[in-house]
Amino acid sequence: MLDDFLWRAALGGFGVALAAGPLGCFVVWRRMAYFGASVAHTALLGVALGLLLAIDLTVGILLTCISFAAAIVLLQRKTALASDTLLGILAHASLAIGIVALSFMEGVRVDLMGYLFGDVLAVSRTDLLWIFIGGGLCIGILIVIWRPLLAITVHEELARAEGIPVLAIQLTFTLLLAIVIAVSMKIVGALLIISLLIIPAATARPFAQSPESMAVFAGLIGVLSVAAGLFASVTWDTPSGPSIVVASSVLFAASLLARRSVR
Amino acid sequence: MAEGRSPLIDARDIVLEYDGRRVLDGVDLSIARREIVTLIGPNGSGKTSLARVLLGLAEPQRGRIERAPGLSTGYLPQRLNIDKTLPLKVRRFLALAGRTSRAKIDDALDAVAARHLADLHVASLSGGELQRTLLARALLRAPDLLVLDEPTQGVDVSGQVEFYELIGRLRDRFDCGVLMISHDLHLVMAATDRVICLNHHVCCSGAPESVRQHPEYLALFGAEAAGRLAVYAHHHDHDHDLAGDVVDTSHHHH
Repeated sequence: MLDDFLWRAALGGFGVALAAGPLGCFVVWRRMAYFGASVAHTALLGVALGLLLAIDLTVGILLTCISFAAAIVLLQRKTALASDTLLGILAHASLAIGIVALSFMEGVRVDLMGYLFGDVLAVSRTDLLWIFIGGGLCIGILIVIWRPLLAITVHEELARAEGIPVLAIQLTFTLLLAIVIAVSMKIVGALLIISLLIIPAATARPFAQSPESMAVFAGLIGVLSVAAGLFASVTWDTPSGPSIVVASSVLFAASLLARRSVR
Repeated sequence: MAEGRSPLIDARDIVLEYDGRRVLDGVDLSIARREIVTLIGPNGSGKTSLARVLLGLAEPQRGRIERAPGLSTGYLPQRLNIDKTLPLKVRRFLALAGRTSRAKIDDALDAVAARHLADLHVASLSGGELQRTLLARALLRAPDLLVLDEPTQGVDVSGQVEFYELIGRLRDRFDCGVLMISHDLHLVMAATDRVICLNHHVCCSGAPESVRQHPEYLALFGAEAAGRLAVYAHHHDHDHDLAGDVVDTSHHHH
């Protein structure tokens, strides 16, 4: 059981879960689930871009996600377009363009399934480094912007009236989201990453009395999901990314039952 | 009105446009310390826009705003839409104002007689309790000027009367000016020094009683809703009509 690849998988998964939990709480509170999913969909375009420019794929994904997220935030302030329509168009266009672009690249074999659904058992040392530097950076910055971000989440105009630089904080949060999504690609993939953000947060809600405790619980529940998912994946030879998401969904269902029996 | 003293805030010839629509057209407004000014007008007449300009939340295309040096403003928004998934107690909500302490929060809660709400979740508060909580948050900034945007929406009539009395007491205690946006001239009259009737421009202004009889005021509200005029004709003794009117206007807002 102490195989090297399994340890890397577990460490990578735990790292991602610990960063995704607290960020995921804000995604839930700010009702940004669709925004997060859209950013994740552009990651495949990042893979294509990375191969095209012959740069590190994680860097390609990171750049694409950050540009996309920032563009959306700025576009939403300027245009009257319904934001879910805008997101739907841009996200699926870039996902499709990414896949088409990859199909054109001769002699390059890309594990499409791996990028869409994650390939946690192929996590390399470089991936781990990305996860821990990226994830650690996200948590650190999130702690710094915690109070203003929470104030904006509760009431944007009130926060603005109290002198909080709303746009800067929003863009910073969006940047953190893009980083977490980019470094999480190996673990659960572009199509499932949003579930690692929102399911642990939703699961933590009934047990939390404050925003901070909900964030910590969400991180821990994410770790538990990764552990259970990996165990299932190794035991029954199921795909690891989807197994982690199934495990977190089971925990969420259990939290609903627990809440019912408590109250 | 406080003649001879420089105003807290003085806005001249304010023009604000959204998508080519002129929301504010040459509005003048000045508020002195200890003065309670009530802004009334039909829905969509630019009341909230004017408040946002004064708070620095919107940049007017034209006009000039002078603020007293070091002016601190407290803002009480119309409503709070906290997602149900966000566990937030009143005390924590107040701490979001920043640069505050437990003692200051307790003081602010005491000032609005809401200390007992400190450990309740914000999502579980009634309309009146939420209003007091928002007021406490505004007080935490030790405001020279309080800006309240339709503070009594969804609060019953006795609660509204109580709230306006509270505002009057806070004005005396904190020595601040108050700008209150209201859809309901009836109840604010007792506490208000000056009423400004707005419909993109200032239609009329003055003491509450004089505004109430001003032809432009009557024309404006007569045209907007005959029912509302009828309520005013009934004077003070018909709480049911008034409550009905409050529910009615809140429909227009959605």
